[in-house]
Amino acid sequence: MRDAFGEAMLELGKQNPKVLALTADLGPSVRLDGFAREFPDRFFNVGVAEANMIGLAAGMALEGFIPFCASFAVFLPGRCFDQIRVSLCQNKANVKLVGSHCGFTNPGDGASAQSVEDIALMRVLPEMTVICPADAIETKKAVLAMAHQNGPAYLRISRTETQVVTSKSDPFKIGEARVIKQGKKITLIACGTMVGIALQAAEKIDGEVINLSTIKPLDKATILKSIRKTGRVITIEEHSIYGGMGSAVTEMVSQQYPVPVKIMGIPDVFGESAREYQQLLDKYGLTVENIIKNYKLF
Amino acid sequence: MVPLTISDLQETAKVIRRNSIEAIYKAGSGHPGGSLSATDILVSLFFGGVLNLDKKDLKSEKRDRFILSCGHVCPSFYAVLARLGFFNEDLLGNLRDLGSSLQGHPSSVYADFIETSTGSLGQGLSVGAGMALGIKFKTPSSKCKIVVLSSDGEQNEGSHWEAVMQSAFHKLGNLCLIIDKNRMQVGGETKKVLDMDSLSAKYKSFDWEVYEADGHDFRSLLSVFSRFNEAKDKPKVVICKTVRGKGVSFMEDNLKYHSCTLSEEEYRKAMEELC
Repeated sequence: MRDAFGEAMLELGKQNPKVLALTADLGPSVRLDGFAREFPDRFFNVGVAEANMIGLAAGMALEGFIPFCASFAVFLPGRCFDQIRVSLCQNKANVKLVGSHCGFTNPGDGASAQSVEDIALMRVLPEMTVICPADAIETKKAVLAMAHQNGPAYLRISRTETQVVTSKSDPFKIGEARVIKQGKKITLIACGTMVGIALQAAEKIDGEVINLSTIKPLDKATILKSIRKTGRVITIEEHSIYGGMGSAVTEMVSQQYPVPVKIMGIPDVFGESAREYQQLLDKYGLTVENIIKNYKLF
Repeated sequence: MVPLTISDLQETAKVIRRNSIEAIYKAGSGHPGGSLSATDILVSLFFGGVLNLDKKDLKSEKRDRFILSCGHVCPSFYAVLARLGFFNEDLLGNLRDLGSSLQGHPSSVYADFIETSTGSLGQGLSVGAGMALGIKFKTPSSKCKIVVLSSDGEQNEGSHWEAVMQSAFHKLGNLCLIIDKNRMQVGGETKKVLDMDSLSAKYKSFDWEVYEADGHDFRSLLSVFSRFNEAKDKPKVVICKTVRGKGVSFMEDNLKYHSCTLSEEEYRKAMEELC
């Protein structure tokens, strides 16, 4: 996904001279090195100072630019919540935030580098759009779409390579969820790295899969249409079970068409080191087997 | 606007102080201490010919940008804007009222004459630096300057110093910071909370152009502010020595008046002194 982000930024840089890239000393890690080489005067490594990066970007946006700020999700948005709240959102500043290495996708470094709270942090802010693409193809489309939409937006991407679940010809529009597999027995709503896993599980239980790549604003119509048919939902995300995509779905469903919902995600923990990414997914139950198990518990 | 004479500036400052106190009294809460200490700085900037603004074209590319980073002292800022005709002076009576454009802290959500929302300390200089960089990048020949007013309490914020470093690194000569050094913050005297007394040395060592001024002497303020237009490849900071609550004897250097509700008696006595 981060490679796709880097490619999209290069493309955007060529398309629009107002696009700027900022990073807090993590340029290569978030794949902005290509943009930096191609457009050195539009690339700003602000040093290890994330809070100031948000203010700088807000000021640049107020002067008509479209700054993209990229870092690890633990720092951006993690470290800069108040700067994002006041200087970005209250100003409706046209700044795009990109949080990489989301969830467990930096397994080695452990809890300090694993962001399991960022969707919750961004989702609660007025004016903020929250996007969590399913794969590299969708990441690229999301980056281009963000640049064309005015206002603050947050893009959540992973460090690890992700199963390809969309195709280049699939339409992508911010705010639109897509049913990527039809089914009758249950609606599986997933975002980001978990969409691939949901698809595999759905094959075995006649599930319908919704790729909810925009978490805010929420595509209520697509979700409601599916649950009216299936009558039950499992949400799956690589994020805390509190405040994330599952919470967004549940808040809406419970008020508009109450059906049983199981929220699958990371329990109320900080994360931990592991040699392999898969070990963490296994430990916290973000697996095909666990989706099927939860389905059977309905 | 033709800059006012020193005696007119003094008279205007008195009106601004009166209007600020009246607005805070009517609002039932607010920050009189900082509003009064910053008044002469604000009056110099807005009435002394320092800032180039156009109230009929708030987003003019040619305007100077002003950011009140210590947003809680906004009553005097609002009083200045009202006096200049940015909005009707009667609106000052709506300070902190439901739906008012004069929010308790300046908010761009509710007012189009606010460049950026502030009130959460430590953010104004970053936004100002971003504007300064943006203007330099899009119009290298631009004469616009970005003026940020901060307080000595705000100097405690780490993110402010991130912006201090960044501004010097990018040689933002179009960025001007003013510090209202009234030597007090919520918790008491600044030197007893987190001593920032060597501010001048700190900014010099961060490679800023440093000036000092008497924050209640218009000649001193205007003499230093006139240097904002000098072409420099360094950001500029003016450290203004001020008195919190300046102009109202019982509020001067009195911690109680950082943030408070003014009683009718306090209001009346303050207005008598500001006649």
